[in-house]
Amino acid sequence: MKIEDTLRIGIDVGGTNTDAVVIDSNDNIIAKTKTPTTSDIQSGISTALGSVLSGLTESVDRITHVMLGTTHATNAILERRDLNKIISIRVAGPASHAIPPLFDWPDELRHEVLVGEVIVDGGSELNGQELAEFDREHLSRFLAQIDEEVDAVAITGVFSPVVPDHELAAKDVVNEVLGDLPVSLSHGIGALGLLERENACALNAALLSVAKRIVDGLTEALKSKGLSAQAYIAQNDGTLMGLDYALKYPVLTIGSGPSNSMRGAAFLTGVSDALVVDVGGTSTDIGVMHRGYPRESSSPVDIGGVRTNFRMPDLVSIALGGGSVVRYCGQEFQIGPESVGFRLTDEALVFGGSTSTLTDCAVAGGRADIGDPSHLEKTPQNLEDALVKSDRLLADAIDTVKVSRSEVPLVAVGGGSFLVPDRLPGVSSVLRPEHYEVANAIGAAIASVSGQVDRVYKLSDRSREEALQEASMAARGEAIAAGADPDSIEVVELEEVPMAYLTEPVVRVRAKCAGSLVAREAL
Amino acid sequence: MKAPPTELGPLELGDLSVGCTVLAGGGGGDPRVGLLMALHAVSKTGPVPLVQLEDIDPDGLVLPSGMIGAPTVMVEKIPNGAEGRVIRSALEARLGKPVVAMMCLEMGGINGVLPVAWAANAGLPIVDGDLMGRAFPEVQMCTPHLHGISAWPCAIADERLQVITYETRDNVWLERLVRNTVSTLGGCACAGLYPMTAIEAAGPTIRGTLTTAISVGEAIRTAPEDPFDSLGSVVPLACLLTGKVTAVERRTEGGFVRGSATIEGTGVDGGRSLTIEFQNENLVALEDGEALATVPDIITLLDSHTAHGIVTEHIRYGQRVVVGVFPAPEPWTSERGLAVVGPRVFGYEVDYQPVHASS
Repeated sequence: MKIEDTLRIGIDVGGTNTDAVVIDSNDNIIAKTKTPTTSDIQSGISTALGSVLSGLTESVDRITHVMLGTTHATNAILERRDLNKIISIRVAGPASHAIPPLFDWPDELRHEVLVGEVIVDGGSELNGQELAEFDREHLSRFLAQIDEEVDAVAITGVFSPVVPDHELAAKDVVNEVLGDLPVSLSHGIGALGLLERENACALNAALLSVAKRIVDGLTEALKSKGLSAQAYIAQNDGTLMGLDYALKYPVLTIGSGPSNSMRGAAFLTGVSDALVVDVGGTSTDIGVMHRGYPRESSSPVDIGGVRTNFRMPDLVSIALGGGSVVRYCGQEFQIGPESVGFRLTDEALVFGGSTSTLTDCAVAGGRADIGDPSHLEKTPQNLEDALVKSDRLLADAIDTVKVSRSEVPLVAVGGGSFLVPDRLPGVSSVLRPEHYEVANAIGAAIASVSGQVDRVYKLSDRSREEALQEASMAARGEAIAAGADPDSIEVVELEEVPMAYLTEPVVRVRAKCAGSLVAREAL
Repeated sequence: MKAPPTELGPLELGDLSVGCTVLAGGGGGDPRVGLLMALHAVSKTGPVPLVQLEDIDPDGLVLPSGMIGAPTVMVEKIPNGAEGRVIRSALEARLGKPVVAMMCLEMGGINGVLPVAWAANAGLPIVDGDLMGRAFPEVQMCTPHLHGISAWPCAIADERLQVITYETRDNVWLERLVRNTVSTLGGCACAGLYPMTAIEAAGPTIRGTLTTAISVGEAIRTAPEDPFDSLGSVVPLACLLTGKVTAVERRTEGGFVRGSATIEGTGVDGGRSLTIEFQNENLVALEDGEALATVPDIITLLDSHTAHGIVTEHIRYGQRVVVGVFPAPEPWTSERGLAVVGPRVFGYEVDYQPVHASS
């Protein structure tokens, strides 16, 4: 089979709906579907796959890749469901005894997940020197006295992103004493910041069984539909990882939804630098797409009450949506924050209901053709005037998100996107792509593969350029390991932050590389 | 007016750490590690008494303390926890007197909270005051320096609990030696310096700063509406501009991170643009080349949503901020004070212009 005959499937398992799309090698969308999400992973994916394949005239043999974005891992943590019992080992003594492992975890989550925790001597200094000799004996003794069942182990060493050796040595001790248990090592998961990385690593260990269920469910679902495609899972930065990687690093799947949605929206319009506005029934999310990727938030992210140092898309949300309730008080329209939500088709005026909503205003103003406009004739005020206010709310929110002074395109997606006016200050054009309702699944289907590193470099023995180059090459290596085609890899993010209050120059460099999937040809 | 707190428990510590981001002027690092250390300590010992200098033995030692070096290293290499104890023992032995209260070296960033952990572990109270009234980068930028009080004997301890005690010619030499030691120790360490009797400390100590920082955090936490309104009701505040970070540039010079951030106005400030020059702390705010605010006034980029302060290491493209300025603690606005921490000390050819803040 030729490359141009290949097809890809993108699946997005959201809170309410599971969406699936089939895309050809020219990135045309040739089938799409929306089905209700089920609690059982495999049946939900099977149903969506069955539905999208039924609309397909092409042979399923042409499908070479399947990409899955899912909220299963997030929900497992939020609902404290199906989590592993773990031990958390910190290799950092004599440092770090001032704050015990997982100290800031909510009590019920700690109780649900944690069998034991320990700090043993070891780890590295910032410059790669040994902080202390790894205390193998201490760890051995600690593990030997564990008498509860343990499903997985998390190991976090001080400065392990600089030197991972003692995490690897600790893993050997775990396998010697407890046998062949799954072990999560922090240097593969998080960036600098011992406690946040330790938290992420422990969550990861707790999610390993959930990961296995997602991967097995996907694999079985593919098999049941006769698909022999390579499968990938979307991660928080909007890029993909192979199933092997997903089995090891499930925590990285958390938060992939908004990234996929933004990347899908940008893809549908063909622009790489744009504002993306997603208008739902109750609220509107506004994000910035920069060089094809969502701009990330700089504030730390809490997952189920646990602080991690993952980067998530930087979104501004306002209470404005198709179901927002509109009131006329004191010569002025008041919009939201209440919304009729999913009851729109019962309660909105244009559907014969008795609540004025923004959808009614949009119909009055000629922006939407929904329901029966004749219901609006009885209203005492001129509802379309409320759009002036909603446009201003949107414009203000856009202005706070937008970074460049020059005008940029805006992509409007979501069920309420008719509320976005054709002209907005600072916006060069408003793009309204077809297929916007399945943008998440499309984002998964078109995603690339990435690798990233967060390291510290002393500038006494290398130049700044060399440090940046080294970090970029390391990130490139990670991307290749994750399945990227070496010829397609680009540096998509390079950030250097000099470390304050030191006598010699030291920089912390974060580099991220991304490339397209290797082996787009048929299997 | 609400009575000031008399002890520091988990709630006060949370508020204190938020106050320490706001009043830091962008320096001193993220207080989080200090906060978690203090929370862990008080979870074992109970709350730490907050005392005024007049409430303690006038001849007893007060020990100003904190971390020294790179806060960005300490988020990875977290302290052992016993550093405060070994520092205290070393200085008690050297001075032949017991320490009767701990004090925060500065009231900004990690050091506004971390010494509370040591006070808890030692069973000592903490003094409602500090030696900077904000965050500053160097040892001599402490109020006792203006009073001719020496920072030594000073003790530095690392996580291995190695202790080094310094007797130096002057405070500037101490700064130089300590900075090099800290580098050898891996980028961060803990310090006790400017040990003073309560009577000696009465002159230089900037009073009431913990209470102020706690009230700042509390005002933000309990704000019914706009946190900036609540913030402005507890401390004098000038908001120079509301906008977003459109450029950040950093470089390392002479061991300190220098750089600048450009903030473009949004909403009512649309069309305006401010440049913030920083060297670990934010030092000058310029508009069209003219200084709107300078050090020692406290210039902090406040998150426009939460009103929490943003440390200079965390300034990032796209952040939405309010440029807030708080008047300098009074000792720094004197001629002697400006000679130590005024804009010219940091290399800016401008004179200190006190900001007009409303309260």
